Amino acid sequence: MILLELFWSFLQIGLFSFGGGYAAMPLIEAQVVSQHAWLTMNEFTDLITISQMTPGPIAINSATFVGIKIAGITGALVATIGCILPSCILVMLIARLYLKYRNITLIQDILHSLRPAVVAMIAAAGVSILTSAFWGSDGLISLHTTNWIMIMIFIGCLLLMKTKKMGLITIMVLAGICNVCISMIGVI
Amino acid sequence: MNKQKVLWKIFISTLYLSAFTFGGGYVIVTLMKKKFVDELHWIEEDEMLDLVAIAQSAPGAIAVNGAIVVGYKLMGVIGALVAIIATVIPPFVIISLISVFYTLFKQSYIVNKMLEGMQAGVGAIILSVVFEMASGIRREHNHLSMAILLTAFIATALFNINVIYIILICGAMGTFKALSDKKRSIQ
Repeated sequence: MILLELFWSFLQIGLFSFGGGYAAMPLIEAQVVSQHAWLTMNEFTDLITISQMTPGPIAINSATFVGIKIAGITGALVATIGCILPSCILVMLIARLYLKYRNITLIQDILHSLRPAVVAMIAAAGVSILTSAFWGSDGLISLHTTNWIMIMIFIGCLLLMKTKKMGLITIMVLAGICNVCISMIGVI
Repeated sequence: MNKQKVLWKIFISTLYLSAFTFGGGYVIVTLMKKKFVDELHWIEEDEMLDLVAIAQSAPGAIAVNGAIVVGYKLMGVIGALVAIIATVIPPFVIISLISVFYTLFKQSYIVNKMLEGMQAGVGAIILSVVFEMASGIRREHNHLSMAILLTAFIATALFNINVIYIILICGAMGTFKALSDKKRSIQ
């Protein structure tokens, strides 16, 4: 019974979270904290912190976290499946229609005006990641709150990408290691 | 290339990307573009942007939707399923482990510094990919496209407008343009 409830809750989260990431947060909170009391507000805040520190979408992370807490690994599996099921069906449906009808002029024109918007949205995501890296997540942008080490690492990464044909993930991991080393030196 | 090899490649690539994708759905979409468009040449650049738009317009996490749409485009339903499983495994395993060792993880200085540094790296990657894609659009010499690019950027970056509205408005603009072109060609 509890498995069914988990499934149904996360199915709703999966179905109604448009816009990804943080858009899903209030929905998850409503289901998991307010409605079912599966997590306390403190645990929920911890969950968001963990989600920011680990790979993976917030919705999937919370499905796993809540599922394990409520009903072990089975619970985690059931909640995760519930969470991705709506996406599976809808995305495949739209993709099918796209692959079939994309040569129609009307669809062409719609897609043509969507493409620059997609680039813009990716750019906006990049900018918000960088502001939080350079100035912290409080959003206070000024000269003395600037984290110059991060700016140096950022420039270093750009140079590496320009000059060397290095894998992107290698560059990301290098950036992390670099920051660990610099802060170690700072401690000594 | 035979079917199994392609499926295996989809599985390994998405698993790897998902395991290292810190900082939200757009990061994984950027890395997927690098992998499947620039490296493997399995998808065209324009097509990739369309696929991202699809991932955007359906509900759910962008990372998961992106994996579904790329998997589906390459290998149909089986491709999509393989991509989903590969995308879900890393967060599933990591969160399961962390929920056991949470306090230790949260307080680790090295973990925190590592993650902080990776943010700068991710930002650099996204920006360089964005510049590539934006210059692709600029080469079309289409004023409407450039205007959409700039307006949509300002709307999301400065005013936090929900992406769904942007998609809807751009879709409506495209429809309007198509209909008015048609009218003109009839006249």
